[in-house]
Amino acid sequence: MDLIWEGLRQALALLLALDPEVLGITLLSLKVSGLATLISVVLGLGLAVSVALNEFPGKRVVIALMNTGMGLPPVVVGLFVTVLLWRNGPFGFLGILYTPAAIILAQAVIATPIIAGLGLAALQHLPPALRLQILSLGATRSQMIWLLLKEARLPLLAAVMAGFGGVISEVGASIMVGGNLKGSTRVLTTATVMETSRGNFEVAFALSFILLVLAFSVNALLTHLQQRGRPR
Amino acid sequence: MSAPLLEVQDLLVRRGGATVLEVSALALAPGDVLALIGPNGAGKSTLLLTLAALLPPAAGTVRFQGEALDSERRRQAFRRRVTMVFQEPLLFDTTVGGNIATGLRLHGVSGAELTHRVQEAAEQFGIAHLLDRSARRLSGGEGQRAALARALALRPELLLLDEPFSALDPPTRSGLMDDLGRILADTGTTAVLATHDQAEAARLATRLAVMKDGRILQEGGLRQVMNHPGDPFVAAFVGMESLLPCRVVSATEGLLTLAVGGQEIIAVGEAEPGQCVLVGIRPEHVTLSLQTDKTSSARNQVPGTVTKVIPWGPFHRVELSCGFDLCTWVTPQSLAELALAPGRPVVAAFKATAVHVIRTDSQGGPEPLT
Repeated sequence: MDLIWEGLRQALALLLALDPEVLGITLLSLKVSGLATLISVVLGLGLAVSVALNEFPGKRVVIALMNTGMGLPPVVVGLFVTVLLWRNGPFGFLGILYTPAAIILAQAVIATPIIAGLGLAALQHLPPALRLQILSLGATRSQMIWLLLKEARLPLLAAVMAGFGGVISEVGASIMVGGNLKGSTRVLTTATVMETSRGNFEVAFALSFILLVLAFSVNALLTHLQQRGRPR
Repeated sequence: MSAPLLEVQDLLVRRGGATVLEVSALALAPGDVLALIGPNGAGKSTLLLTLAALLPPAAGTVRFQGEALDSERRRQAFRRRVTMVFQEPLLFDTTVGGNIATGLRLHGVSGAELTHRVQEAAEQFGIAHLLDRSARRLSGGEGQRAALARALALRPELLLLDEPFSALDPPTRSGLMDDLGRILADTGTTAVLATHDQAEAARLATRLAVMKDGRILQEGGLRQVMNHPGDPFVAAFVGMESLLPCRVVSATEGLLTLAVGGQEIIAVGEAEPGQCVLVGIRPEHVTLSLQTDKTSSARNQVPGTVTKVIPWGPFHRVELSCGFDLCTWVTPQSLAELALAPGRPVVAAFKATAVHVIRTDSQGGPEPLT
């Protein structure tokens, strides 16, 4: 127990002292996972809407693939992204391996199926006749999609939270494609792994504590958006 | 009839390879309220969705004010002039006022005009006190009122209603039907109402179409279809419960003498002696007494025996055997005064004009009519 208390104390001390290294790691985590989530929202919701609104052969297979993608192991994603971005790989010319951009890419690959899968379930849960009702009120197709997304905003924001939660907490892909380079690709999770393996439990606890506060703050903000303007 | 507002020609709708709707012709004049009645699966909803330009037909044309809705662009433009209300209210997860406003905003209404029209529509349907209430916390009747207010606020040129009352309990349904009927009449809105209840149709509609298996069996003025059904299915669906296959004995000056079940009855109609005809009699046109009334204007007074008495809402349904089957409704008072019970002999009276000729078969046969 002493270790935990010491960790909390040290975390507070690091935070209060605005330790530049810890601050840098925290901001990088927020930036990388935030951007990855943003990219996943655009791609995932786009995918969810197009699957929900269209009938095509093999739709069930696509839905099954999306749902499977929700459980994509980060290390598997890390492996594939590493191979693709490797110097001699097909996208090696980009030269982004071991940069934050590679982590963003890997995390977007992890979060997109989560947001797409949960988003599709949210849209499919709406009454089927609602689309027709909205169109018959004179909506264009894009107005209809906007109203459907608004109508499903509760489960959709839950999907966004699940996506963000998935990437802010993953370590496998970040360490593989980022390399945990000090001052450039070290994020909260990779730093925690490193400090723990070195036996610096106090610092590891401090980083974990910051990670939890960060996750809580972002989700609190999303929850506020989710519940805002909801009549009681 | 004035120029048609809406005209349908040779409409064909397919789903999964099967034809689910086939309508050769249908026209609506401005101000018409057409009721589509028929059992589940008759194609009523499919026809409404096609008329709402929400379901593109496989073949045929729908014309609105003479313009064919033959492209997605035209259908889109048309959808701003027509509105559909479904069986479920399908309200958005916001307040009642927010729901009504959503439709208006889609039509580009904003500012003071928006507030005014939300208020006006809510008042029309008696839900002005619920404007700030969450749509999730409404009763079934309130929800359907909100859905209708949202639709009527758009001042549609054509209103399509898909069984909007069927999920409501009878008193709620009755109150809402009265309000809707008044609003349709006040605004002169042209409407099409799908229902499986002939009483609902009779209350709101000016025209009636009876549908079965994706086709319109008969369409015309409300009274015309109610009183002159063209076939047994239509007759049964518009409440003509006693259907009798008869043989024409004689025909003079528009009066037919018909033989049925060993009795002779008089009907108004045209047919040749020897022909077989199917006639229908509404239960409400049959009265019962204990003896023949010489002073009555009812040309038909046939003796019979009560076979069944069934409580039927506020009335009783009495089934008789007069050599042929006949049914009627009586009040609880009459039931007591005449001591009606199975086995009781009575006289059933009905006018010659209450016997409606539904179908005439040219060739006579022993069992030509079913």
